[in-house]
Amino acid sequence: MAQPLVKKDDDRDEEADYSPFLGIEKGAVLQDARVFNDPQLDARRCSQVITKLLYLLNQGDSFTKVEATEVFFAVTKLFQSKDNGLRRMVYLIIKDLSPSADEVIIVTSSLMKDMNSRTDMYRANAIRVLCRITDGTLLTQIERYLKQAIVDKNPVVASAALVSGIHLLQTTPEIVKRWSNEVQEAVQSRAALVQFHALALLHQIRQNDRLAVSKLVTSLTKGTVRSPLAQCLLIRYTSQVIRETGVNSQTGDRPFYDYLESCLRHKAEMVIFEAAKAITELSNVTTRELTPAITVLQLLLSSSKPVLRFAAVRTLNKVAMTHPMAVTNCNIDMESLISDQNRSIATLAITTLLKTGNESSVDRLMKQITNFMSDIADEFKIVVVEAIRSLCLKFPLKYRSLMNFLSNILREEGGFEYKKAIVDSIVILIRDIPDAKESGLLHLCEFIEDCEFTYLSTQILHFLGNEGPKTSDPSKYIRYIYNRVILENATVRASAVSTLAKFGALVDSLKPRIFILLRRCLFDNDDEVRDRATLYLNSLGDGSVAETDKDVKEFLFGSLDIPLTNMETTLRNYAQNPTEEPFDIDSVPREVKSLPLVEKKAPGKKPTPLGPPPPAPTSASDAYERILSTIPEFANFGKLFKSSVPVELTEAETEYAVNVVKHIFDHHVVFQYNCTNTIPEQLLENVTVIVDASEAEEFSEVGVKPLKSLPYDTPAQTFVAFERPEGVPSVGKFSNTLRFTVKEVDTSTGEAEDDGVEDEYQLEDFEVVAADYILKVGVSNFRNAWESMDPDTERVDEYGLGPRESLVEAVNAVISLLGLQPCEGTETVPNNSRSHTCLLSGVYIGNVKVLVRLSFGMDSSKEVAMKLAVRSDDVNVSEALHEIVASG
Amino acid sequence: MEFGPFVKSILILDLEGKRVASKFYSDDWPTNEERRTFEKNVFSMTHMKNARTEAEVTIFKDEIVVYKFIEDLHFYVTGGEEENEVLLATVLEAVLGAIFIVLKKKVNKMEALTHLDLVLLCLDETIDGGIIVDTDAKSIARKATGVSLDPGAEELTIGEALKSARGQVMKALSVENMAMEVGTHDSGFSSNSLADWWF
Repeated sequence: MAQPLVKKDDDRDEEADYSPFLGIEKGAVLQDARVFNDPQLDARRCSQVITKLLYLLNQGDSFTKVEATEVFFAVTKLFQSKDNGLRRMVYLIIKDLSPSADEVIIVTSSLMKDMNSRTDMYRANAIRVLCRITDGTLLTQIERYLKQAIVDKNPVVASAALVSGIHLLQTTPEIVKRWSNEVQEAVQSRAALVQFHALALLHQIRQNDRLAVSKLVTSLTKGTVRSPLAQCLLIRYTSQVIRETGVNSQTGDRPFYDYLESCLRHKAEMVIFEAAKAITELSNVTTRELTPAITVLQLLLSSSKPVLRFAAVRTLNKVAMTHPMAVTNCNIDMESLISDQNRSIATLAITTLLKTGNESSVDRLMKQITNFMSDIADEFKIVVVEAIRSLCLKFPLKYRSLMNFLSNILREEGGFEYKKAIVDSIVILIRDIPDAKESGLLHLCEFIEDCEFTYLSTQILHFLGNEGPKTSDPSKYIRYIYNRVILENATVRASAVSTLAKFGALVDSLKPRIFILLRRCLFDNDDEVRDRATLYLNSLGDGSVAETDKDVKEFLFGSLDIPLTNMETTLRNYAQNPTEEPFDIDSVPREVKSLPLVEKKAPGKKPTPLGPPPPAPTSASDAYERILSTIPEFANFGKLFKSSVPVELTEAETEYAVNVVKHIFDHHVVFQYNCTNTIPEQLLENVTVIVDASEAEEFSEVGVKPLKSLPYDTPAQTFVAFERPEGVPSVGKFSNTLRFTVKEVDTSTGEAEDDGVEDEYQLEDFEVVAADYILKVGVSNFRNAWESMDPDTERVDEYGLGPRESLVEAVNAVISLLGLQPCEGTETVPNNSRSHTCLLSGVYIGNVKVLVRLSFGMDSSKEVAMKLAVRSDDVNVSEALHEIVASG
Repeated sequence: MEFGPFVKSILILDLEGKRVASKFYSDDWPTNEERRTFEKNVFSMTHMKNARTEAEVTIFKDEIVVYKFIEDLHFYVTGGEEENEVLLATVLEAVLGAIFIVLKKKVNKMEALTHLDLVLLCLDETIDGGIIVDTDAKSIARKATGVSLDPGAEELTIGEALKSARGQVMKALSVENMAMEVGTHDSGFSSNSLADWWF
């Protein structure tokens, strides 16, 4: 079969375009396939025809059902030939033809014969083919042979059976699971590949049995692993076990960490890298654990192989998102990678530097990036833009140069995704950095003057309508907006009309001019544009029907505070039942049906490699605020100050899972109990939490919102509200009991019985602590912020923290006690240091800004002393913070 | 396949980005059009790069792409973004090495198409439905050419190899009476000469 398909001619060789398949036609090849039916098979000729068929299939030529069936039947005849090479091609094409179930039967007996052949090549390939095309029923017939094959003395045969097992486990797991004993034996095989495949299959069989996986890992990490591939697998399984077991609380050690660390010294690069990557992805990885992995990755950065450099920089880039300090050691190596031939590596290096760099290096980096942007693809440009956005949020003082950079690249060529990333970034910067607002809006205005993307134009116009009227000189934006009405397509024109109306509604001085412009829009040739103009003119008070009702304005220009999905359902119902009555927006339910805030503990996190850092946690508090505002009982509590992270009130894997979120308001506290019913046979109704606040004297209960029903596996919430003295950070302990009516559910029909029984379930206690009244708010330049505070508000005192394991532990304890935001990376304590200064900032309830300087020192007997200096807008608050520490 | 290394595709393209032989193991590209688009995208991102001495790498829409070019052929191995790129590079080198052996060091489009059967067999012996079957070029080439499945074959001395080859021929002669064919297929692929080509 090593024979060329066509005789080689020297003159033909010189033709560049010549291909042995030039002018190949499906019809002709199908004709050729008739040779398969010859009584005297010409093996070489048959092989050539199969190759042609494979070429067609590989090129994606589709065969009709009839053609495929015909070819398949013809191919089955070739089992008569004893030619090895031809048989090998027959196996290959059967897999590619993927025959239907009734066709499979035709070849089953031939393949089963080959499975028991004395020729190893036949056995191995027949197993792979048969398992590929077979279905469950046939599998039981050949199961016996497969089990034998797994422990076959020829490693190729054993591997073929094991690989097939991995595939079959997806479709017929119950059969494959019966092979555990044989697979277990194969894990001990001396053949490297057999061990690799057996390990993969055994893990998949056992993956839901945590104990078994843990045992497997324990025995293999101590035993012999024969190939780098198997070693990589073992590293992945080990990480999984680590994830599920967590840190040993007594010694602080992580099980199996030593194994991962030893793999950093393996001789195969793929293993070294796999181990380094695994260590960096450990949850809550400590600096001490990270260091050896970072050292290895740093070495790889200067490898001569691009793949290794790429792997290392990609991993360090991810580490930089969570542990920027740990990566700074590699900065010099990173900088030299900016000029790497491979632009992917260069991009990753630059974005890593953007994450780890300090304020002073920003300008220098920006200069380098500007030269670099022109020769990378859009995809990488997006990555750079996102990195710059987070950099700007980190160093708001640098907004001018970063905003300039963004506006410059906005003017250059680029696709939609790239432009969208830039616009999104500018919008975020405008929102978060007040100083950047005016220049940012003008950049956006200039962009829409020449923007080819309707979507972006309408987004910007909408944003402009919300932000523009609130600027110092709103009139300067009108020209840009009205230009859209003249120059753009109908969609953009309609958006521009809405934006103009918003300016008119919010800026009285502009109203007359806006009316003139809107009246011109009444002659637009598009319905939507005219309709909008008419609506706005009337509602703003220009038309014959003078509508100045505040509600109308609120409805048109305010934000829609009802869930859009509910709105959609109600509208659909309304449209389905024709009625004379007008649609009433108040009929839309405001309760959010499913709460997306349930803590997901999915271990299979999917970090985006080149993507932006995870979204800011503000979205969670936004969501809480929205939920709370839908509950009328709590509506007059004012603005939500802070929501705590959920505190678990039940052990894992109990009947009912409950956690609590503490919402702090000015005078009130609302406890949100997130409940999940984990019993399929039960339906809970009228669920409430009875709270005993006898150990929280300053709190008095004012309201309860029960949960009507809690079906199986559908998380829902019940709330309890308390009043407390204003401004005082009242603390206390709360005991909780879950009370409900339980109804039996017939799991086959899903229907609940009518009668229920009252029942109670004891939950754990929790406390409201001082840190609940403090919001984590960072400042970019601590020194400036500190000096701008009145020194008279400063309160300083010293505290002894007693003997501690390390400074790290002491620093973390104080940070979590105070609940403040560490600034400028000062929460990271260098290894083995004996003194450390930590800077914290935040907002105390009542919107009082607080800054804290902590100086720690440790003496030879591990006694830790701390000096606490607090400055705040209110002396009482400075003192309150000292009280927290003194009583903590 | 959870946790196990998974190869999503192997592409062999020519200088214009046209498919010479490609294998897709993931459901990401169910139709031939989507496959062609993927090939086109990967090609246009990489074709002006120099990937002749060392394998190069990039990331494209959450897909790791490792690649190397030899003469007028572009070889790619791709995997998910969480995959170990060093491992994917190992697969790439294995495929290249095996094809280098079966094409007798003449790796170009013409040879690859002329011996497409061998190229496809090499891919078949390296990856099975996305799962890595073998990463040893010599062993892949041996399995693809069907010389012998004995893993120790290349360690045989020339004398032993000859003896075993003669034994096989004799057996074929006497039992199957197909001396002609066995002769043609063994020609040029006895195990000792295999080893010569590779190093």
